Amino acid sequence: MSIGAALVRLEVEFQKFMQYALLIYQSETWESLPKEEKNRIHEDCGAWHEELVRAGHARTCFGLRPATMATTVRTNSGRALVTDGPFAETKEVLGGLEVVECKDLDQAIAIAKRFPALRVGFAMEVRPTLSGECKEE
Amino acid sequence: MQGRVNLAEIYRSEYGRILASLIRVVRDFSLAEDSLQEAFAIAVAQWEEKGPPPNPAAWLMTTARNKAIDQIRRRTMAENKHNEMITLGTAEGSAPVSSDSLRLIFTCCHPAIAPESQIALTLRTVCGLQTEEIARAFLVPVPTIAQRIVRAKAKIKNAGIPYEVPEEDQLAERLESVLTVIYLVFNEGYSASFGANLLRAELCGEAIRLARQLVALLPSETEPRALLALMLLNDARRSARTDEKGELVLLEDQDRTRWDKAKIEEGRALVDAVVREGPPTSYAVQAAILAVHTAAATSEETDWKQISALYGVLAQINPSPVIELNRAIAVGMADGFEHALTLIDKIELPDYYLLPASRADLLRRLGRNEEAAKAYRSALKLVSNEAERRYLERRLQEVISG
Repeated sequence: MSIGAALVRLEVEFQKFMQYALLIYQSETWESLPKEEKNRIHEDCGAWHEELVRAGHARTCFGLRPATMATTVRTNSGRALVTDGPFAETKEVLGGLEVVECKDLDQAIAIAKRFPALRVGFAMEVRPTLSGECKEE
Repeated sequence: MQGRVNLAEIYRSEYGRILASLIRVVRDFSLAEDSLQEAFAIAVAQWEEKGPPPNPAAWLMTTARNKAIDQIRRRTMAENKHNEMITLGTAEGSAPVSSDSLRLIFTCCHPAIAPESQIALTLRTVCGLQTEEIARAFLVPVPTIAQRIVRAKAKIKNAGIPYEVPEEDQLAERLESVLTVIYLVFNEGYSASFGANLLRAELCGEAIRLARQLVALLPSETEPRALLALMLLNDARRSARTDEKGELVLLEDQDRTRWDKAKIEEGRALVDAVVREGPPTSYAVQAAILAVHTAAATSEETDWKQISALYGVLAQINPSPVIELNRAIAVGMADGFEHALTLIDKIELPDYYLLPASRADLLRRLGRNEEAAKAYRSALKLVSNEAERRYLERRLQEVISG
C-alpha cells in the first residue's frame, strides 16, 4: 500500500527567504577584558560580518554604544517620562544587531553559532522579523 | 462495525505517516492536520455505510489533500494573493514516505521548541494521540497541552523551523534532541505506571514505537538502537514491578518468570550489536547494565562486579551524582555493604529520596536497624510517588519491629 501513489504533486510558491534579527547580547565580563582582546574580538566579528555579506545573507547591521549612553522614554499617567539609562537594568546588555536573510531557522542558527564573541560569553538571540504591515490576526 | 475497527487501526498505524507526507505537500502543519482530521471524519461516515476502500491510507491521503487544496484556493481567493500558485500535476510514483516521517520527527523535536512542547507535538502529530489523551497521560489540564501544541506550531511557522532531516554535520546533535524526547515520553510512562492508569503505561509503548520507527529510518545510527534496547529491557520488567495489590516490587524481589522474554531477547541482541560497533555511549551502557541484570535467572546470580564496572564507565561518559549512587549500590552488592556506605556518604544529592532510601537499605542489610529507621524516615520526607512511599513505610516497620 503506497500513500505515495496517491500523491498528486502540488506546487505552492512560497516566500523563499526568512529574515532574522540576530540580537547580540554582551557578557558581563566584556567591559573588563583587556583592550587587545576586545580589539581581536571586534576584528573577528568584522570578518564574520564580511563573510555574511559575501554569502548574500547580510541585510543590515549595527553596534550599539554602552547602555549607560541610553535614554528611555515612556509615559507615566499620561505624561512622557524621560529617564537616564536603559529600559531594563539587566546583566545582559544588547550590544548590537545583525539582520540576515536565510532559508530557514537552521541556517540562521548556523550563522549565530559562528559568531566570534560567543567565546567570551556573549549570547545571540535569533528573532524572526515581521515583514510588511504589522497587524494582529 | 468492521469498518470502524479498521479505521481505529488505520488511525494508529497510518496517522503520522499520512500527516508527514501531507505536510510536505501543503507545507502547513495546521492545514495538513485539519485536512486529515476532516478526511477521517468523512471516512467514519462513508466507510460505515459502504465499507472501507481497497487502499484506505491512499484514500485518506487523497481526501485530505483535496480538502487542503480547497482550503488553499479559498484562502488565495480571499487574500487575492498571486504568489501562491497551485498546479495539480500527475500522481507521484513511489514517494519516499519514510523520509517524510523522519522529517516530521526532526521538526517536532527541534531544539528551538520548548521541551514540553516538543513532547506534546510529537505525541500529537507523529503518534496521532489526541490532545485529551496526552493531557491525561501527563496529568496536566487539556488546555495546557493544547496551548503547548499551538505554541509549537506557531513557532515552526513563524520562526521558519525547517521541515527536513538535518545535514550530516548537524545530525548527531539533532538526533540527541529527538532521542531525549523519546526517552522522556518513556520515563513519564514508566516511572508512573503503577496502579490503574493504563494510559501512562501506553506512553512506554508509544516511545518504543517511535524508537522503532527511528531505527528503521536511520539504520546506520547506533544511538537509536541503544535507546530502543534500553527501553525494551526496562519495559520487559514492567508487569513484575507491581504485585497483585499494586505494590512496588524491587528488582531483587521480582518474579523473573513474569519478565517479557521476547523483549529481553530483542533488547540484549541490540545491546550486543551496538557495543561491538563503537565506543560506548550513555544509552548503550545503561542498556548493557540492564542486559546484565536480565541475564541472571535469580537475583543472587547477578554479576554485580560487571554492573559496578559498567556504572564506572557510565560515570565517565556522563558524570552525575545519581550515577555515582547507583555505582555505590552495585559496589555494595559486589564488595560489601560497608564499602558502599562510605561511597554513598560522599555523594551530595539534596532532596533526592533515593539517597537516604539507599543508605537505609544498606544499613538494614547490615542489621543496623536504628540507623536504618532514621534513614527511611528521611527518605519518606522526600518521596512523592505513592507506591514508593508505601514501600518505604513497609521497610520502616520491618526495621522497627525487627
